[in-house]
Formats: sequence, C-alpha cells, structure tokens
Amino acid sequence: MNNKIKKILPQILTLLFVVLILGFFTFNAQVNMDNRGIDFGFGFLKQEASFDIQFSLVEYDGLDPYWWAYVAALLNTLLVASLGIILCTILGVIVGVARLSPNYLIRNAAAWYVEFFRNIPLLLQIFFWYYAALRALPLPQDAEPLLGISFLTIKGFYIPAMIWNNLNIFLYSLILAFIGIIIIKTYARKLQENEGKQLPVFYISLGLIIILPLLSFIIGGVTLNFELPVIEQLSATSFTYVGGIGLPPELIALTLALSLYTATFVAECVRAGIQGISKGQKEAAASIGLNTNQVLKLVVMPQALRIIIPPTTNQYLNLTKNSSLAAAIAYPDLVLVFAGTALMQTGKAIEIVSITMLTYLSLSLAIAALMNWYNKKIEIKEK
Amino acid sequence: MIIQKSMTNLYLGSSLVLISFIDVFLNSFFQLNLTGFFPGSISLFLPLILGTIGFYLIRADYTGIKHLDILNKNVNTSNFNAVLTLLIIFLIIKAIPPSMSWMVFDANIAGDSRDACTGTGACWTYIKVWFKRFMYGMYPNELHWRVNVAFILVIALGMLGLFAKEKLKKYLALYYVIIYPIIAFLIIYYLISGGAFGLEWVETGAWGGLSLTFIVSFFCLIFCFPLGMVLALGRRSTLPTIRYISIGYIEFWRGVPLITVLFMSSVMFPMFLPEDFFMDKLVRVIIAITLFEAAYCAEVIRGGLQALPRGQYDAAKSLGMGYWKMHIFVILPQALKLVIPGIANTFLALVKDTPLIFVVGLAELAGMLALAKTNPEWLGFAMEGYVFASIIFWIICYAMSKYSYNLEEKYKTER
Repeated sequence: MNNKIKKILPQILTLLFVVLILGFFTFNAQVNMDNRGIDFGFGFLKQEASFDIQFSLVEYDGLDPYWWAYVAALLNTLLVASLGIILCTILGVIVGVARLSPNYLIRNAAAWYVEFFRNIPLLLQIFFWYYAALRALPLPQDAEPLLGISFLTIKGFYIPAMIWNNLNIFLYSLILAFIGIIIIKTYARKLQENEGKQLPVFYISLGLIIILPLLSFIIGGVTLNFELPVIEQLSATSFTYVGGIGLPPELIALTLALSLYTATFVAECVRAGIQGISKGQKEAAASIGLNTNQVLKLVVMPQALRIIIPPTTNQYLNLTKNSSLAAAIAYPDLVLVFAGTALMQTGKAIEIVSITMLTYLSLSLAIAALMNWYNKKIEIKEK
Repeated sequence: MIIQKSMTNLYLGSSLVLISFIDVFLNSFFQLNLTGFFPGSISLFLPLILGTIGFYLIRADYTGIKHLDILNKNVNTSNFNAVLTLLIIFLIIKAIPPSMSWMVFDANIAGDSRDACTGTGACWTYIKVWFKRFMYGMYPNELHWRVNVAFILVIALGMLGLFAKEKLKKYLALYYVIIYPIIAFLIIYYLISGGAFGLEWVETGAWGGLSLTFIVSFFCLIFCFPLGMVLALGRRSTLPTIRYISIGYIEFWRGVPLITVLFMSSVMFPMFLPEDFFMDKLVRVIIAITLFEAAYCAEVIRGGLQALPRGQYDAAKSLGMGYWKMHIFVILPQALKLVIPGIANTFLALVKDTPLIFVVGLAELAGMLALAKTNPEWLGFAMEGYVFASIIFWIICYAMSKYSYNLEEKYKTER
C-alpha cells in the first residue's frame, strides 16, 4: 500500500504541475487575446498573403494565400539544407580522411581547417560571407565569365539553365538503370555464394548508368539544351543577367557558411569512425588474402560506417536547424517569410510560431526515427 | 621494395624543387615571372610540374642524409602526396603577401576618425574607435568599471571552490548549484544594472557587446545545469508519467532551432503572461535559452548516468538508501564528474549560439557590428569588423575546447 502511494503520488504531482502551468498560460493567452481583439484560428492561411518572396522554387506571387507562401518558404529551407548537406559531406569526408594522411602538411592543414571553422560562431561566418566576402565581387558588367558559361557577380551567381525535351523518358531510363544495377548486384552475390565466381559489378553498373541514358538520347528523342545567362542593360548604370539560373548571394553565403562550418563536425565523425577500426581487423583481412581495396571495401568501411553514420546524421539535423539563421541575412526561408513577414502582417503570433516550430520538430523527429530504424538494422547481431 | 637513388638524381631533384619554390616565391612577393616566356597555362603550371619531377627524383627509402629522409617520410611518400604537398606550400606562399599587406603593411591604426583611413589595407582605426562599443554596447562610458568589477567578482567567487579546505569540500556542490548562482545574479543585477546603493540605473537595453555575450551565456549555463539534472533523472525514472514528460520536453527543445525559440520568447511569450506583468527582454531571452539548453544538458548528464556501472546502484540500494539518498550521495557525484567535458562542450555551443540574440534586437558583439556597419560615418568596414569579432570568438572558443579536451584526457586516465 505504502509502496503504491510512493509510486503514484509523484506522478500525480508532476502531472498536476505541468497541467497547471499549461493551464495558466492558456488562460492568460485567452485573456490577452480577448483584450486585444485577436481570435485564435488558422483561417488566415487561406487569405491572400500580399507580400512577395525574393527567391522561390515554385510559382509564387503576392496574390497567393499564406499556406502557399509557407510551402514556398519551406522549399527554400529544404533547398539550402540539401545543398549544405551535400557540400558538407563531400568536404567533411575529404578533410576527415586528410586528417589521417601520412603527409605531415596535409594532416596539419586539415586539422587547422577544423579548428578554425569550428570555433567561430556560425552567425559571424554567415555575416562574413554575405557582408564582407561576397560584397567584394564584381558588378554584373565587370564580371569575367567562369569557364566561359557562368558569372559570379555581386548580384548573385548566374549559371546556365538546362532545357529538357522529353525529360520523362530520360528519367525512366535512369530508373531502369538503377533497377538493372540492383538485379546485377543480387545476381552477383548469389553467383559468388553458390559458385564462388565474381562479377565485375562496378564496371557493369557504371556501364548501365552511362549507356541507358545515352540510349534515351539517341533513340528516345531526349534533347538537352543549355540556356546561357546573357547580360542586359536595365538603365545607364544598372545591368543584370537574363536567362539561365540566378542563385541569389544570400543563398550562396548561407550554403558556404553552413557547409564549411558543418564539414568540420562531419570530418571529426569520419576521422573517429576510421580510427575506431582496430588495426587487427585490417591485418586479419590482409592475412586471409584480401587486397587493399577489398580490405577497405569489405572490412573497414562497413564497420567504420556504423560508427560514422549516427553522429553524421545528427550533424545533418543541426545543419537543417541552423539553416534558420537565414533570417539574419534575409534569405527567404521558413523563419524569415513565415515567422517574420507573415507574423508581422497577421499578428497571429501563437499560431505562426507554433506552425514554424512544429515544422522543424517534425523534420527532426522524422530524421531521428529514420536514424533509429537504421541503427537497429546495422546493429551487430550478437549470437 | 627499396627505392634507391643515385647522387645525381638527388642533386637534380632538389634543384628542381628549389627552382619551383623560387619561381612561386618571386612571383608572389615581387611580381616577377621567371617563366613568362612560356605560353600562359604552361607558365602557370610549370612550378608544379618541376616540383613534382623533383620530388619524384629525390624520393627514396633511405639516403643517409638525415633531413632528406625526414622530408621523404613526411611529405613525399608518393606522387599524389608530392603534388598535394607542393599545392599546399604554393598556396601558403601565394597567400602571405596579400593578407600581410592587408592586415599590416597597408593598414592604418593611427588617428581616431574616419579621415585616418587612407591606406589600401584594413583600417584598424575603426576597431579602435568602436572598441568600447564592441565590448560594452551602449553602456555609458564612465560606468564601464561597474561591468569590469562585476565580472571580476563573479569569476573570483567561481574560483573560490578551488581553494576550499578539505573539510568544506562536501558543501561545494551545494555552493555551485544553489548559492553561487544566486550571489552571481545579485552581483550582476545590482552592480551592472544599478538602481540601488547610490548606483545609477542602467536599463538592459543599453547592455551589449561582448560583455552581454558573457552575461547571457553565464546565466544560461548556471540555470540550465540544475534543470538539466532534474530532466536527466526524470528521463531515467521508472515512473511512466515523469519519464514521458521528460522525454517529451527534451525531444521538443532538441528538435527546434534556437532562432525560433528566441522568436517565441519575443512575440509569443508575452501573450502567455498576465496582462500587466512586464518582463524584461533580456530576462525573457535568458529564460528561453535556458529552457533550450537544459534539454541538451539533460542528454549529456544522462550519458554520465548511463556510464555508471549497475553495481553502483545495486550497492547503494543494498545499503538501504532510498532514491534521493542514493542519487545525491552515490550516483550524481560520480556521474557529474564524468560529464564535465560534455558540459564544457555544451557551454562552448552555448557561447557560439549567443550571437543569435541579435535577431530579437539585443546588441551583443554581432549586433554591435551590424550597428557600426550601418553608421553613415563608418560605411565600408564590414570586413575589419568581422575579422576582429572572429578573432575574439575564435580565441575564446579555442581556449575552451582545448580546456575541455584536457579535462577529457584527465578523467579518462582516472577511470
């Protein structure tokens, strides 16, 4: 009896405490909103937004409703996050491997890169790239073409746009190639298990992924044209580029800062992963006759990835959350457009801040759930 | 296989490497182009080609020349390595003259007005003129001593624990978790904001600069630690309600970006308070960051709790200790010692996050830079400002990360 009370009483008290706090907040919010004549509700999402977004991936103008502005802003966030994730992975893996290089200079250069970029607040780095470094770029009319086709100017980075004909056929051929690769892989594994023969899976896959899309060009009627950015004079002193794709400087500064900053953490994860494989594993693999590539591919990497992937996913999550710093340099991401402009216009503080937080929260929880599933899958099954 | 090279190869190789270095060096420091008679791209890549050939010629497992062997072993193990080595050295040689002339030789530091900035390099006069603003924000100039004294007092009180006598050591935890935060809060409140003891009142809107960074991160740290401890214990509790509430709290705050939390504190939080209840912006921000960081802190402490062997719990229970006795006297003292490096890392992240309070209008260092940048008299010195702020933050964060690394090493050997 006594034991039961000991177990139940604290729970009831905690619950009561939480409920009381939430109730207090709700009550105050009710009173405050009544006094100010604001009503709670999400009806505003269907109203006309009547503000413009500087840069968006989907068709958007001021006549569209708020929820469409939300979608456009969310896509901008996802765009900068995915660009950052790709770049920081590439850079992080290179630097992480470089930190273990036998070359004294490379090892130290990588170490200094990590120490340097990791210890400066991300916001300062974003400001540095946006306000200091990118402002030193030339004006559109003075810009030298990069590789003859793209222009890096103070107004943004202009690259050629791809114009596809029959894009769907090209995509089908790609999908077909991937399916082919999976079949080949399964077949090769079976062949090796049953007969001990090895197929050159890599070269076959490479061939598939090159030949099938090529075929789609030759017989599928797929064509690809490039639209180059061309300079155009707006007025006597003002120039801009038309055609092609223009990446705004905000996007460039944000992507640069995010990927350079997060790459340091990814590099540390990669280094820890590779160092975490004991020397004995490599020696054992070599002693049963595997060559260097096989040791890396079959023994070291599968084990290292098990150590590398969980913390790296965490870093991807951090990068996505950090992309909200975009608001500081006016890149139209979720926080700036929705929690900034839309909030200012509608005054629906509670609704809008909750939607914004819930969006990030569900993004995080989704990735965390995926991570847990993956961890369970690759866990060493002890017998 | 042992690679051996004849003396001729060594002489030829080292002179080729030397020539490539001299070429890049002269090119970068004196704008001389020794290989200018070659067509453009060949002239550009010639040092690299010469250097690679040179490195190839001098590569050997053993030559008997001590310095050459060290060189070969460290930077010249393969062609690929040699190319990378050359690229890094060339990059350094190329980068020195422009950065040095920008930072030192063409820079200005004399004078105290905009007119002094005549050089083509950086204008450090700008930093000199704005230095006090960057450090103290809009805090009145003649009252800066109050900020300094408050910081010195708080740091001295924090160091007190190091000199505590053996007999008093058991009260240290109590001191740091409860007494110290209260005293520190009172010192900072009465000394920096004033309003009592004949000190002039300075509103929090005037606080700013680097000192605000320290104030915010200091308070958030000392407040988030006890909260994180409670949450960590809650997450490991066997009582389902408490456990799920803790998990919900931790996962919620860890899932949202700090910037939205700050937005919440500035636009949403006032709605949740009684109507005529006014709360200072700085206090709201500190509460928001504390709630946010407590979740991260809780995860770190949970790591420490999980790292303790089960035997500790069993032994404490077998002595007849209850939940609280067991945790206060057996588990927490050991677990907290384990998590000190982790807490230091959390604190490092916290310091790096504080510039974010700029988005709700509090002008710490990054905010002051933005202010100074738009001052009509000082337009165009963004670069100097960010370089200066980066250096300051880098020194602070690097020192802290090294310290936490040392702690980690220290506790690793003890166990």
